[in-house]
Amino acid sequence: MIWRYILKRVIWMIPFMFAVSVVAFLLIQAPPGDYLTTYIAKLGESNELLDQASIDNLRARFGLDQPLYVQYFKWVANLLQGDFGMSFEWRQPVSDLVWERMGLTLCLSFATLLFTWAVAFPIGVYSAVHKYSIGDYIATTIGFIGLATPNFLLALILMYIGVVHFGTDVGGLFSPEYQNAPWSAAKVWNLVEHLWLPVIVLGTSATASLIRIMRANLLDELNKPYVDTARAKGLSEFALIMKYPVRVALNPFISTIGWVLPNLVSGAVVTAIVLSLPTAGPLMLQALLSQDMYLAGAFVLLLSSLTVIGMLISDILLVLLDPRVRYE
Amino acid sequence: MATDMHPILQIQNLNLGFSMRQGVFDVLHGISFDLHRGKTTCVVGESGSGKSVTARTILNMVPPPGKINGGRILFNPDGTEIDLTALDPRGPAIRQIRGGRIAMIFQEPMSSLSPVHTIGSQIIEAIRLHRDVSKKEARNLAIEVLKQVEIPNPDKAVDRYAFEFSGGMRQRAMIAMALSCRPDVLIADEPTTALDVTTQAEILDLMKNLQTEMGMAIMFITHDMGVVAEIADEVLVMEKGHVVEQGNIHQIFDAPQHPYTRKLLGAVRRLEEPAAAKVRPAQDAGNILRVENLQLRFEKKEGFFQRVTDVTRAVDGVSFDLKQGEALGIVGESGSGKTTVGRCIARVYDPNAGVIDYNGQDLMTANKEALRDTRKQVRMIFQDPFASLNPRMTVKQIIAEPLVVNGIAKGQELEDRVAKLLTEVGLDPGMMERYPHAFSGGQRQRIVVARAIALEPRLVIADEPTSALDVSIRTQVLDLLMKLQAEMGLSFIFISHDMAVIRYFCDRVAVMYRGKIAEIGETEEIITNPQHPYTKALLSSVPIPDPKLRGTRQRHRYLAEA
Repeated sequence: MIWRYILKRVIWMIPFMFAVSVVAFLLIQAPPGDYLTTYIAKLGESNELLDQASIDNLRARFGLDQPLYVQYFKWVANLLQGDFGMSFEWRQPVSDLVWERMGLTLCLSFATLLFTWAVAFPIGVYSAVHKYSIGDYIATTIGFIGLATPNFLLALILMYIGVVHFGTDVGGLFSPEYQNAPWSAAKVWNLVEHLWLPVIVLGTSATASLIRIMRANLLDELNKPYVDTARAKGLSEFALIMKYPVRVALNPFISTIGWVLPNLVSGAVVTAIVLSLPTAGPLMLQALLSQDMYLAGAFVLLLSSLTVIGMLISDILLVLLDPRVRYE
Repeated sequence: MATDMHPILQIQNLNLGFSMRQGVFDVLHGISFDLHRGKTTCVVGESGSGKSVTARTILNMVPPPGKINGGRILFNPDGTEIDLTALDPRGPAIRQIRGGRIAMIFQEPMSSLSPVHTIGSQIIEAIRLHRDVSKKEARNLAIEVLKQVEIPNPDKAVDRYAFEFSGGMRQRAMIAMALSCRPDVLIADEPTTALDVTTQAEILDLMKNLQTEMGMAIMFITHDMGVVAEIADEVLVMEKGHVVEQGNIHQIFDAPQHPYTRKLLGAVRRLEEPAAAKVRPAQDAGNILRVENLQLRFEKKEGFFQRVTDVTRAVDGVSFDLKQGEALGIVGESGSGKTTVGRCIARVYDPNAGVIDYNGQDLMTANKEALRDTRKQVRMIFQDPFASLNPRMTVKQIIAEPLVVNGIAKGQELEDRVAKLLTEVGLDPGMMERYPHAFSGGQRQRIVVARAIALEPRLVIADEPTSALDVSIRTQVLDLLMKLQAEMGLSFIFISHDMAVIRYFCDRVAVMYRGKIAEIGETEEIITNPQHPYTKALLSSVPIPDPKLRGTRQRHRYLAEA
């Protein structure tokens, strides 16, 4: 049953990813001009002028003179062989540029997700069970402040506090000495040391909204007759709340896996720039600005596939958690 | 019969208050009663009389603003007396008693079981809370107790989820869970109210058998005097948080002392026969509605191409006539298609085939315009007066809506008409600015009726209009409908699972079973001389509100040939 479901979902991913690749390609092509126009404009700013012949030459070299669909099929054909193409701007294979950034993005996303859950779950349960208590009001107030504060502002505040009161630079994910060093245990530890700040910054608003969702969902469930049944069985209050209503109210938690990734990448670009995080966001933004199509395309595609995989994981978990989903 | 044994549970002067902003508001006023081993004590009363809260208080599970502020609950299973009110409501002592010594089952079998845990895991949990057994042993015990409550294939059912069961099966599973630790006392809070009569009869039998087998005391909460007559040894009548009368079953039924008890009994007994005030349709009255070979299939579609994998014949060739001014009852258990027939006639559903001839006009082929016109004349009343009124509209807005939508009245004239309608259904027109939550269930159903007759319809389709109401209010609403029928010459299609209500109200009745009409005819004739075996089975399940006739009737279940 469950295996058939997973298989079905995985098979569905194939046409879906194909569609995503088309959309990604079209989106990148949507702004007028191509990388060369941007490049020429940039050269023009420093008073270098290219004659038409060398422009045509360059255009042919980059393959930009071919019709769109040919470019697209070339790109996809290479993709299927694992070749993401060359970045125009960096003159490097895209895969060299992308993987480390994607890895760090994933790492950061995952840490943020864990942080969000670890904080939102107990607080959400507490404020539902102790509705209108002082604890609930405090959690709610902090939650609303968290929701209302823009991430980058929070980042600036925390950085300010870090620099002024603790004398450390909390930007980035590594200390300068590890920036370009090869991976080692020390570098990983350094990463962990730097991770907490972006995690808090990126996770706060998600945590706040999850607390609210958890609280509202659990409040609905707490008055359901099955909770009374469990109580009448002789279960202790803590055990029964955890086993029954919380379990039912858990669905939105699982669903967050799906949206945390795209949220982090698209919504967190500003924060990532403020904190100078070496994640995918800023590089993707730059690639889009300079119409560096293969680089941008690789990012869009990878992020979409991560989102799709995230959705798949959350759907599978939902099925495992809630038998009602299984039988639909 | 004499039981000189000590009562197993004594409730003494129990007082319960809800702390409100305005102060403490008492909901139980010093009630006292005893429960005995092997005996069934029925607690009767209308909604809001404090029955359910009493049950919860016994387990020290008072809902939050409530607080026990007087009296004791003494539990004495084996010679040592425990005062349940003195225990910490969250402490281990009371938790040992909950489920272990005193078990409880609830009204809504749909929502009283967890939707995301298997039946088995919930029963196993109950067993392991109170008995020191391994998981495997507990599982075997769970299968054992599922077998005891007569659930087919218990070793498979144990791994099923609640939503895979029918209402009756769920209630059996609830009973299994409650009895899994062999409690001394079983508290059942309206366990059969949400079930069909046939299922109700089975559950009552089952509880009786299990009681004989295990010898527990049962406290059975109900508002249905018929059920009381079927199962009670002792009866406790509650009104507004007071015990107004208690005593032996025969004493209560033969010589009720308190006027409230008499009122409850009267309401049930009146439903034992056709209403005196019933106005029969004229002999030569013409047909207002003719339904011929009505069919509706629900198709379950699956997969990418939406292949039809399963077809349910909800209505499978139903035909009947309805005379001007006549009330036709449609009776059957849940899933028989009775509601669907009503909705097809109102064209809420689009039937697949058949003829619906309303006054010479075929509603099957009618276009939107024509339907809009007939919908002024064909109105519906629904079961749940709580759900069928918009809580954000005042009563005036609710009743005026059909008049406004059809552009019939506005301004002062509209207000006058609403006032007149309210008077007609027996409500004070001065209340028209209030919202539905300010009204009781019976009053709300009157508002629903007022809305239905606002357009002076000719045919009313009433879908279980009294099922959600207390018995005493039931007759009031029926009397109201009857009065309107006489005054306005209304025709009724009256859908119900309750034979008593049909007998009281309907001229003719159609018995539906699995989408087909099993039998149709004059109500009295069908009830006194049923022909179809299904009708016989249905009638045999209706509780008789006379304890002296208990056990005189053979109950049987009809199973259609496959």
